[in-house]
Amino acid sequence: MAARDADRGLHADARPGAAPAAHGQGAGPQVRVLIPSGALGISIDPAALEAGLAMAPDIIAIDGGSTDSGPYYLGTGTCKYARASIKREWAMLMRARARLGVPLLIGTAGTCGVDAMVDWMLEITAEIAAEIAADDPAGVGAALRVATLKSSQSPDTLAEQFGHGAISALEGAPDLAAADFAGCSHAVALAGAEQIQAALETGADIIIAGRATDTAVIAALPLARGCHPGGAWHGAKIGECGALATDNPGSGAILIEFDAAGFTVQPTGAGVQATPHTVSAHMLYENADPFVLHEPGGHLDVTGARYTALDPRRVRVEGSVWVPTEAYTVKLEGARQAGFQTVSLVMVRDPHYVAHIEDWVGALEAAFHRREASNTAVDFELDFRLMGQDATLGVLETQGLRAGGGGGGSSSSSGSGGIHEVGVMAIITAPTQDAARDIARLLNPYLLHFPLTENEPMPTFAFAFSPPEMDRGALYEFQLNHVLRLADPMAAFALETHELGASA
Amino acid sequence: MSAGTGLVREIRSKNAGPFWVTIDVFCRDADAFEVVRTRLETAEVARVLQADPQRLKRFDIADLHVIKFSLPRPHVQGARLDRDMHGASFAVLVREVLEAAGGSG
Repeated sequence: MAARDADRGLHADARPGAAPAAHGQGAGPQVRVLIPSGALGISIDPAALEAGLAMAPDIIAIDGGSTDSGPYYLGTGTCKYARASIKREWAMLMRARARLGVPLLIGTAGTCGVDAMVDWMLEITAEIAAEIAADDPAGVGAALRVATLKSSQSPDTLAEQFGHGAISALEGAPDLAAADFAGCSHAVALAGAEQIQAALETGADIIIAGRATDTAVIAALPLARGCHPGGAWHGAKIGECGALATDNPGSGAILIEFDAAGFTVQPTGAGVQATPHTVSAHMLYENADPFVLHEPGGHLDVTGARYTALDPRRVRVEGSVWVPTEAYTVKLEGARQAGFQTVSLVMVRDPHYVAHIEDWVGALEAAFHRREASNTAVDFELDFRLMGQDATLGVLETQGLRAGGGGGGSSSSSGSGGIHEVGVMAIITAPTQDAARDIARLLNPYLLHFPLTENEPMPTFAFAFSPPEMDRGALYEFQLNHVLRLADPMAAFALETHELGASA
Repeated sequence: MSAGTGLVREIRSKNAGPFWVTIDVFCRDADAFEVVRTRLETAEVARVLQADPQRLKRFDIADLHVIKFSLPRPHVQGARLDRDMHGASFAVLVREVLEAAGGSG
C-alpha cells in the first residue's frame, strides 16, 4: 500500500515541496487553489495544468456542472459530457494530485450533481485508481481515500418541509404548492463551504461532491484555514470558470492565492494575463447583481473591492466583505417532467411561401386543429419556430417580416430582398411519446403539402429526413427557485468515505 | 456575445440561473460609459425586452465602465416556450437600442 499523504487537516500546511509565498501578503494563512478548467469535461490544457502544479497549490478544485445547459440533466439525473472525456480529464487531475499529494475536489459531479452522478464519478475514480496502481503499485495514488458528499433531496420530503414552512421562495420563483415539490423527478440542495469542509476533514485524497455552489468548492479550504472570508468567496467567484476571468478564456487554468487580507489571481497558461478589468468583470458573469452573491450562510458584498495589477499577469483584490445571515439556508433545484416531445422540420424555399410564411403557418395550424380535432384525443401543444424569421427571439424579434416584404422592422434587410428560405420547426408536446409522435404524423401531410390558398397548385415542401418526425424524449422544466432552512448544515447532505486500492 | 466597434467593446447576455437573465454592456472607457449610460434608456430597454420596468434592474458601474441589466427570463430556461437555452441572444436587442440612440459608433 502506498504511503498516505501527510495529514493535511484543514488547518495544516503540509504541501510537499511547497514553494514560498508568491506575493508576500504578510503573516497569516495562505492557501493556493488551482482551478484547472472551467468545468470537467470541456478540456484541460496540459501545459497550463503543469504550470499550475509548479505553483504548488494546496488543493486542485474543479466544477463538474451547472444548470446552464438546461433542465434535462437534472430532470434525468445524467451528465452532459461524454464519459470518455470525463475520465480522460479526471485521470489527468488524479495523476497530478498524486504527484503533489494534495486533495482533488470536484463539485456538482456529472453536470447535475444528483447522487447517481456522485456514484458514477466514484466508479470512474476507481477505474482510474486501478490503472494508476497498475502503472506503479507502490506509488502515491495507488491507495486512495475518497469522500463523497451527496446532495439529492427526496421530493416527498421537500413537500413536507414546504408544508412545515422550512422552504422559502426566492424572487421570481414560480408559485408552488407542496405537490409541485413532490412532482420533481430529481431535486438537489446546493452544498456550501460547510459541507465541503466536512468532506475535507475526512482527510480524503479525493472529494466527489454532488450539487454544490460553484464557489464553495474553491472557498472551502481557504475559509477553513482562516483566510479572509470576503476574499475567499470573492476569489472563488473569480475562479469558478477557470481562465474566464483572464484575457484568454480558452486557456483553462487559473490559480487563486488566498490570504488573511484578500486574494491574488494568476492565470497559469503561457502568455495569459489577468487584469483588473478581466477580474472585476467576472463578478458580473451569470450573476444578476454585480455586487452581491448569495451563498449558504450569508452573502458576499464586493461593493468596496479594490483591484490592483501586481504585474501584467496578476491581480490583487482586497476589500470584499462576507455578511453572514442568522438563518442557514441552502438553495434548492428541482426539475419535473412536463410531457414528451416530437419535432418535425420542414424547409420552405418557394419564394411565394417564404414571402407569406407567417400566413402559411397560421392557416396550416388552424386547419390542422379544425380538421384533426377528432383524431387528437389527448391534450397536446403545437408550437412553431420559424427559423430565418424569428425562431430565436419570438415576439421580441425586432426585424419584422423580413421574408414577407413590408415588415415593420427597421433593418435594411427587411422586405423581399431578405431571407430566401425558412425552416419551419413544429414542436409537439403531449403526455406520452407515442401521442406526440402520432400527432406529428397527423401533422405530416400539412407540412408537406398545405397550400397557402385553395386556388393554387398543391405545393410540396422539403423534408430532410425520412421519417421527418424526430422524437425528443421527455421535456423537463426547472421547478424550484427556493431555499431550505437548516438547523445543521449537514442535515440535508450525506458524507461517506471510501478506501480505493487499499491492500488487505 | 455581441462585439462592439465604437463606444461599446462588448454586449453579452447570459442566464443568471434558470429564472433570470443578465445583460452586460462593456463600454470602451470612462467617456464612452458616460455617453452610453445617457443614451441607453431603461424604459426603452424594458420595452424591447417586453419586461416589466419595475422588475428590470439596472446597475451603472462606473469603475468598470459597465451598464448591467438583470430581469426575470421571459420563459424559465428550458421550459416549453423558451427559445434560447443560455439566454445569449437578448444582447442583440440591447445593442439595437443603443444603435437606434446613436450610441454604438
